[in-house]
Amino acid sequence: MALDVQIEKELPDFQLNVSFCASEAPLSILGASGAGKTMLLQCIAGLQRHGRGRVALNGRILFDSEQGIRLLARQRRIGMVFQNYALFPHHTVAENIAFGLNGLSREERAARLSALIARTHLEGLTERYPQVLSGGEQQRTALARALAIDPEALLLDEPLSALDTHLRSQVEAQLQEAFAAYRRPTLLVTHNIEEAYRLGEQLLVLSRGRVAAFGPKEEVFRRPPTREVAQLTGCKNFSRARMNADGSVEALDWNCRLRAEQTISKPPAFLGIRAHHIHFVESMPEGASSENVLPCWLVRASETPFRITLYLSLRPPLAETSAYDLQAEVFKEKWQRFRDLPHPWHVRLSPDSLFLMPE
Amino acid sequence: MDLSPLWISLATSVTATAITFVFGLAAAVWRERYTGPAMALVDGIFLLPLVLPPTVVGFLLLLLFGRHGPLGKLLLQFGATIVFSWPATVIAAAVVAFPLMYLTSRAALEQVEPALLQAARTLGASEWRVFREIALPLAWPGVLAGTILSFARALGEFGATLMIAGNIPGKTETIPIAIYFAVEADETQRALSWCAVDVVISLALLSGLYYWTRTQGLGRARRMAR
Repeated sequence: MALDVQIEKELPDFQLNVSFCASEAPLSILGASGAGKTMLLQCIAGLQRHGRGRVALNGRILFDSEQGIRLLARQRRIGMVFQNYALFPHHTVAENIAFGLNGLSREERAARLSALIARTHLEGLTERYPQVLSGGEQQRTALARALAIDPEALLLDEPLSALDTHLRSQVEAQLQEAFAAYRRPTLLVTHNIEEAYRLGEQLLVLSRGRVAAFGPKEEVFRRPPTREVAQLTGCKNFSRARMNADGSVEALDWNCRLRAEQTISKPPAFLGIRAHHIHFVESMPEGASSENVLPCWLVRASETPFRITLYLSLRPPLAETSAYDLQAEVFKEKWQRFRDLPHPWHVRLSPDSLFLMPE
Repeated sequence: MDLSPLWISLATSVTATAITFVFGLAAAVWRERYTGPAMALVDGIFLLPLVLPPTVVGFLLLLLFGRHGPLGKLLLQFGATIVFSWPATVIAAAVVAFPLMYLTSRAALEQVEPALLQAARTLGASEWRVFREIALPLAWPGVLAGTILSFARALGEFGATLMIAGNIPGKTETIPIAIYFAVEADETQRALSWCAVDVVISLALLSGLYYWTRTQGLGRARRMAR
C-alpha cells in the first residue's frame, strides 16, 4: 500500500514542487495558510488540471505527465473529505453517503450503506438533512461518504477547522479510530501543529510549495532540519550560532556559550529551543554545574488558563522596553513557586533540548 | 372573434421556451467551464439579442434564413422555407429569449459551491451525473426563473417576429402582432380584447410562479428542518 507523489505546478505566487511517498501510516501535512496544502490534495485527487509529475497509487498510475496519463477524479478511487465537508444540501445523510454506491445492486447498496452508517455511528440521523446536523455529525457523514467508494487512499482537508473547540477533541478521537481501522494511505492537511502531531504518524511540513521536512513526527519535532521547520512546528526561541573550537556553541544573539548534545554534519547557523523546554532553576546548590544556566529578567508575562508564557531578557532590562530574548512556557503551579524570587532568575537550556540548524 | 392568435402565441412561446431552455442552459454550462481567450467575445455574442433592437435581430435573421442567406439556401435544398412561416415565429422568439435563459441560469449555476461538484466527482460521478444530480437541482430556482422570463419574453416578442414571419392570419399572427394590426386598422375593440388576454396570461403566469416557489420553498425548508 503506497501513494507515490511527485507534483510540479505553477501557482500564482510560487511553484508547488513536492515529492513524497505515503504508506499506511497516516501522514499529516502541516503548513501555514497559502502554503499549497489544499492545492496538493486537489492535484492528487485529480481535481486540478495541468502541472507536471507523477502520481501512483499501489502501482496504479493516476497521473504521469511524461506518458500523458491523467485519470479523471472519478476514476482515481481516492476518497476526499473537504474542508467544510461539502455535503450535498438537498440530500439526506443516507443519500449523501449512498451517492458513491451508484451502480451496485439494490441489496448490496443497502448492505454497504448500513455498514457505513454503523461504522460512523450515524444511526438515527440517516433521514436528516446536513443543515440540521452538528459539526461532528457532518464530519462523520463526510467521512462515511468518502469511504463509500472503498477508496484506495483517503485525503482530508482541514478536517477539524470547521468545528468548535469543545468538539475538536471528540472528533479527533473519532478520526483516530477511523484511521486505525482504515490502514491505507491517509493524508491529512492542517495548519494546526497539535492536530498534525496527534492525528499523523508521519509529518510533512510544506512551505511555499516545497517539502521543508518529511519524516516520523517525533523526529521532525525533536530535530527540525531548518529554522523554518522549527518555526512552523511551533518553536519560539532562536539565536544565530557559531561552533567554537572546543565543541561548544556560541549563541550570538544571546551572547553566551552553550553546550548542545546534537551534532550536525554542516556548521550550524542557528540554534533553537522550544518554550516549554526552558527550565527554571529555583535554587542553585553550592558548587553545582552552571553549564547552560543563564541569568534572566522578566519583561512581561501572558497567561492562559493553565500555563503562563514568560518573556525573558538575558540582560537587565532597560525601562520602557519590551525587547526579550527568550520565550518560556511553564505550568502555573510551577510559576507560583518562583514568581516572587528576586531577579535575576536562572534558566537552564538543557543540552539535549537544544537543536542546531544549518539554515 | 378569431382565436387563432392566442393558439399561435401559446404554441410559439412554448416551443421557443423549450428550445431556449436546452440551448440557454447548455450555453451556460459550457461557458462556466470555458476559460479560453474568447470569453468576452462569446459572452457578447450570447447577449447580443438582448441589447440589439428587435428589428435588427429580425433583419439579421431574415438575412440568415432568407432565400439568399446561408441557412436559407441550405434549407431550400430540403424544400423548406422558413421565412414567413410558423417556424419563423419560433425562431424569432427563441433567439430574443435566449440571453435571458443564458444569463439567469449561468448566474444560478455559478452560485453552486464548486466543492460540491468536486466532491461528486471524487465519488465516481460522471460529468452528466454531477450536472443532473448536483448542479441542476441546486441551481433549479434560478433555472426556473430563467425559463419563466424566457417564456414571458417569447410571448411578448413583436419586432423580430414581424420582420421574419410577417403577419399571416392563422399562421404567423401572434397576439402582439394582432394588436398592432388591429390598432392600425382602427379596430379598437379587437385590440383591447387581445390586450386583456395578454394581461390575463401574464398575471396567471406570474402569480402561478409566486405560489409555486412559495410552496416549493416551504416544502423544502420543512423537509430540511426535520
